[in-house]
Amino acid sequence: MTTHEVKLDINGSEHVVAVESRKTLADVIREDCSLTGTNVGCEHGVCGACTILLDGEPVRSCLLFAVQCEGMEVRTVEGLATADGLHPLQQAFSEHHALQCGFCTPGFLMLAVGALERDHDMSDDDVREVVTSNLCRCTGYQNITRAVMAAREVMP
Amino acid sequence: MTWVGHSQRRLEDPPLLSGVARFAADIEFSGQLHMRVVRSPMASGRIQALEISAAQDVPEVYAVWTSEDVVDIPPIGLRMTHLPELEQYRQPVLAHEFVRYVGEPVAVVFAEDAYTAEDGAGVVFADIDPGEPVLDVRRSGTFAPGVGNEAAVLHKETGDISAAFDAADHLVELELSVGRHSGVPMETRGALAWHDRSTGVLHMYGAAKVPHYNRAAIASMLGLHLNQVQLHEGHVGGGFGIRGELYPEDVLVCAAALRLGRPVRWIEDRREHLIAANHSRDQVHQVRAAVRSDGFILGIDDEFWLDQGAYVRTHGATVPDLTAAMLPGPYLVPAYRVVGHVVLTNKTPAGTYRSPGRFEGTFVRERLVDAVAHRLDLDPIAVRRTNLIPTEAMPFDRDVDALGTHVIYDSGDYTSLMDQTLQTIPPERLRSEAAALCSDEEVVGIGAAFFVEKSGLGPYDGVRVTVDESGGVEVVTGAASVGQGVETVVAQVCADALGVRPEAVRVVHGQTDRISHGMGAFASRVTAMTGSATHYAALAVRDKALSVAAEMLEAAIEDLVVENGTIGVRGSPGGPSVSLAEAAIAMSPVVRGGDGPAGLTAEEWFRSDRMSYPYGFHLAAVAVDPETGGCRVVKYVVAYDVGRAVNPQLVDGQLVGAAAQGIGGTLLEEFVYDDFGQPLASTFMDYLMPTAAEVPDVETLIFEEAPSPLNPLGVKGAGEGGLTASGAAIAAAIDDAIGSPLAVRRLPVTPNRLHDLIRALGDTT
Repeated sequence: MTTHEVKLDINGSEHVVAVESRKTLADVIREDCSLTGTNVGCEHGVCGACTILLDGEPVRSCLLFAVQCEGMEVRTVEGLATADGLHPLQQAFSEHHALQCGFCTPGFLMLAVGALERDHDMSDDDVREVVTSNLCRCTGYQNITRAVMAAREVMP
Repeated sequence: MTWVGHSQRRLEDPPLLSGVARFAADIEFSGQLHMRVVRSPMASGRIQALEISAAQDVPEVYAVWTSEDVVDIPPIGLRMTHLPELEQYRQPVLAHEFVRYVGEPVAVVFAEDAYTAEDGAGVVFADIDPGEPVLDVRRSGTFAPGVGNEAAVLHKETGDISAAFDAADHLVELELSVGRHSGVPMETRGALAWHDRSTGVLHMYGAAKVPHYNRAAIASMLGLHLNQVQLHEGHVGGGFGIRGELYPEDVLVCAAALRLGRPVRWIEDRREHLIAANHSRDQVHQVRAAVRSDGFILGIDDEFWLDQGAYVRTHGATVPDLTAAMLPGPYLVPAYRVVGHVVLTNKTPAGTYRSPGRFEGTFVRERLVDAVAHRLDLDPIAVRRTNLIPTEAMPFDRDVDALGTHVIYDSGDYTSLMDQTLQTIPPERLRSEAAALCSDEEVVGIGAAFFVEKSGLGPYDGVRVTVDESGGVEVVTGAASVGQGVETVVAQVCADALGVRPEAVRVVHGQTDRISHGMGAFASRVTAMTGSATHYAALAVRDKALSVAAEMLEAAIEDLVVENGTIGVRGSPGGPSVSLAEAAIAMSPVVRGGDGPAGLTAEEWFRSDRMSYPYGFHLAAVAVDPETGGCRVVKYVVAYDVGRAVNPQLVDGQLVGAAAQGIGGTLLEEFVYDDFGQPLASTFMDYLMPTAAEVPDVETLIFEEAPSPLNPLGVKGAGEGGLTASGAAIAAAIDDAIGSPLAVRRLPVTPNRLHDLIRALGDTT
C-alpha cells in the first residue's frame, strides 16, 4: 500500500510519519505518534471522544485523514498540563467530579479548551451548548458543565 | 477525622485527565496481529459455505479461521443463574452450521494491521440459505431442529394468590412493555492476548468486571490450568453490566495467541458494539392486581416474556430471575405470582444492564399502582403510602429467592424517605419550576415512582492489605473497576481502619496474578463486599502494627493510636512514635527472625449470603409538545437511601449518571429491527444516546437513615438507584402532561409514539 509522508506539529513537537492516505488522523496520532490519550469512541463523528484542536479549532480526529493535515498544528490532551501542574480545566474536572470512567474526558477537555480559548466570556448557555457536542455515558453531564464554568473563571 | 463520609477527591483522576490512562486499545505488544470479526449479515439461516480464499490472498493477512478451526472449543458457559435447560442455547465462539442474528461471528481474519484485517474480512463471503427470523417473543419458533425457542419458564409465588383475587373489590389489568436498549459504554470492547512462551503463561489484557471468573472459563475452554492463564484489567471505559462478560471475541484472541504464536489484539468498532455486545431489557408484561376498595393491593399476578435474543449468554436467567423476585418492590403485597418466559429470537443476545430486572419491574409495578389510583380515584401518593412496607416490619422476608439468595429486605423506612422528599420538593413547586422552563407550546406534567433496589451480592470478597518496608500501603482485591471510583472508596475505608490518609493507599484490582479469588464488580457489590473485606484486613494489619509498636515503645497496645501512618501514645503528641514503615521493617523476615508469618500484611475474606436492599423515590417533571410529540425532562429528582455514603460526591455522581441513562432508555434509546431481523440502530445516528441537551440538572437527596445490618460499614450499593424508577416516573409525568392516565404503556416514549398517543386521545374526545 502506498504511503505518504506527513508532517504534523503535535503539542509543539514535530512528527514526520509515513502513512496510508486512508489512515485517520486519530489513528495516526495514537499509533504513529504514540499519543494514546486521544480516544476513539465511534469512528463516525458523533461521540466526540477523539476531539483534538487542529490549528486551534476543536475537530473530530476520526473524521479527518492524516494526509489532510500536512503541516498543521495539533493539540491533544497530553499537551494540556505543564511543568507547573494540571491545566485549570483538568483541575476543575477533578474538583467537580466531572469524570467517572474517563474515556470521553480527553475529548471534552479539548472541546472545552478550544471553546474557552476562543471566547473567555462564554455565557452559561453557551457553555451548555458546547457540552452538548460530545457524548458521556457516566456522568449525566451536569458536573462537566459545572467544571467548564468553573474553569472559565480562572483560565488565563 | 474519618475518611468514610468525606467527599474525597478521586485517586483515579490524574492519569485519566492527562491522557496517560491505559484503556484496552492503548496496549500493544510487538509482533501483534490484529483480529477482525466477519459477522453474519443475516438474522437466520443455514451456512452453506464460507469462502475465505480471497481473504487469504490479501497481502499481510496472516490467517483466517472459521468454526472448523475452533471445533474443540466449547460454547461459552453460564456464569450466573444457571438453569440446566439453558445449556443447549449457549453461543459457540464462531457460528457453526446456523447463524442466528445479524452480527454473529462467523469467521475471523488475522492480519498485520487493523486496516488490512478489515480488508480481509470485507472479502470473506458467507453463503447463507436464509431462514425466517423470529422477532416476536410471543411467536413460537425453533432454535435448532427439534429445539424450540422458549428456553425456560420461571415461576415465583408467595401467599395465596387465588384467595387474593377472590377477596378483591377491584381488578386492575395492564399490558406493559419495555424496549430493547443497553449499557453502551463509551469505550467499545477490546482484548489483547499474549502467550509468554518463556513461562508458558497466556495473558489477556482488556479484562473487566469479572476477571477471575473469566480466567477460569478461558482456562477450561482451552484446556489449560488456572496458573497458565492470567487476566489483567487496565482502565475500563464504562461497564454498566455489559462489559467484561465473556464474549466469543475474548476466547478467540486467547486461542489465536496460543495457536498462531503471536500476540493478538481485537478492538471492537462502534457498529460491532451495537449489534454484538449484550442488549438488554426488552420485556412484555401482562399484569393484574387484586385491590381492596381502600387501595390496598391484595395480590399481583404477572406473566412476562423476555426477548433473550439469539443465545443465552453468561447471565443465564439472571434478568428474568431478578424481574420476578423484585417485582413487588416496596409494597406489602401479601400474595403474588410471576411467570416469566425466556424466549429466543433472532436478535442480538441479551444480558444485564444497570438495574437489570428492576428497571423493567419497577415500570410495571409503578404503572400498576398508578392504575389502581386512577381506578379508585385516589391520589397516587396516598395509594403508595397505603401499601408501603412499614419500618416496623423490617427486616422483611419476601419469601422468594433472587440470584440464589433469600430476599429479605434488611432495613428501611420507606414512608419516611417518601415524605421527606415530598416536603423538600413539594410536587406543586416542582410543577411551577418546570412550567417556568417551558415554552408556550409545551404542556407540563409531573410523576413519581418508588422502588427497592438490591446490592452487595456475595458470597464473598477478599482483600490483602500490606504495608511495605518503605511505608507504602497496598490493597489488593479481586474486585474490578469500571470507572465508578473503586480505588477512592476502598482507599477511604482502608484509611479509616488503618490510620493513614487515602492518598497513601494504592489499590490494585482486576489482576488475577495478584490474588487467588475475586468476584468482580457488578450488582452494586463492591462498596459493600470489597469495602467490608478491606475494613477487616486493614484492622488486622493495624493490630499487627500495634503489637510490634507496643514492644518498641514499651507501651500498652490499648494506649496506642495510629494517625497519618504514625503510631504514638494517646495523649502524647510529639512523644515517641513508630511509623508504619518501621513497624513493617520490624516484622520483616530479616529483622524478626524465627518461624511463622512475616511482614506487615493481612488477608481477610468477607462473606455474606444475603443481599442488602437500598430504596428510593424518583420525581420527574416533563414538558411535552403536543404538536410534535416531543418530550423533554425538565427537572429530575432522585432520593435514595444508601445506608451510609462512603463518598457523598461519588454517590451523587452515580445517581445523576444513572438518571441520565434512565432518561435515555425511557425516551430515546432503542435497538429497532426491521421485519427481516436487520438492526436499524447500528450507529450513534440511529441509537440515540442522551446528550447534555436531553439531561436536565438532576437533584439528588442522599439518605442514610437505614444502614445495612449485613456489613460492618452499614453501606448499601449506590450504583443503580438513579436509574431504577426513571421509566415509571417519566411515564407518569407524560400521562399527567397530556391529561390521560395510563396513556404510556410502552417504553421508550419516542416522539412518534407519543404523537400517536396524543392523536388517539384527540380522536376519542
